[in-house]
Amino acid sequence: MTIFLYVIGFSILVTMALALARALAGPTVFDRILAVNMFGTKAVLLVAVVAFISGRTDVLDIALLYSLLNFVGVAAALRLVERGSFYATERVHVKTKPGEKL
Amino acid sequence: MALTIDIFLLLFLIATAIGILRTRHLFAMAMMFGLYSLLVASLFLLMDAPDVAFTEAAVGTGIATVLMLATLAATRRSSEKPRQRFSPSALIITLSTTALLFYGTLDLPNFGDPQAPLHTEMAGRFIEQGQQDTGVPNLVTAVLASYRGFDTLGEVTVVFTAGVGVLLLLKRRRKPVVRGKSHAR
Repeated sequence: MTIFLYVIGFSILVTMALALARALAGPTVFDRILAVNMFGTKAVLLVAVVAFISGRTDVLDIALLYSLLNFVGVAAALRLVERGSFYATERVHVKTKPGEKL
Repeated sequence: MALTIDIFLLLFLIATAIGILRTRHLFAMAMMFGLYSLLVASLFLLMDAPDVAFTEAAVGTGIATVLMLATLAATRRSSEKPRQRFSPSALIITLSTTALLFYGTLDLPNFGDPQAPLHTEMAGRFIEQGQQDTGVPNLVTAVLASYRGFDTLGEVTVVFTAGVGVLLLLKRRRKPVVRGKSHAR
């Protein structure tokens, strides 16, 4: 049973690495939001697995908090993308002098 | 297993930090800071500090990210091209500060060491002498408010300053009075 949990934990870590790679590389804003959301979900799962491996099941409360925060954060990010002046593709870097306004 | 997870999470942390440093896209930077804070909170959790992990997750991942994104949505985008100049004095200052901090940790007992003075001497003294020393019936309050009084005073000062700053920022300004038409409301 413990070996089973170890395998699960390791595969979750690999998935986290893949999500992190997408968050770092992600060409568009939505790639990044999705990657961060997925990373948060995997963090919740990892915390749950660690809680069962170490036998401290009270830590599951923290996993619940993580999932809640993850949801709120992503919802807020998506609302702000819709309302703000962000674009789905990254804009080319605009060079400005100090003090000059765009 | 815990060590493996620690190593993986620390590697993720380094990768995220380098990603934050290298990106020029503010939105991506804010999202990555949320990710960074989630990783730090997970590390706190693995170090048996669930309360700190709770706070870090709520403040770092939740509120700080949303506030940063809201600020980005409310302000206009402009950026200056960063200087790419290599500065040896900055490198020296950073390295010497790092060395100093590492030197400072040499005197501390190892993490979770049962022979640390905190467990062998101080805990017993707090439990036995705490009430006579401070006169506070609750042990936690005695440690927080009396033994660690200066630390708590510093924390309270920080929280007070932050509260004053937020209140000053959020204070609604009075409407400018048009000449000859002063509304008494």
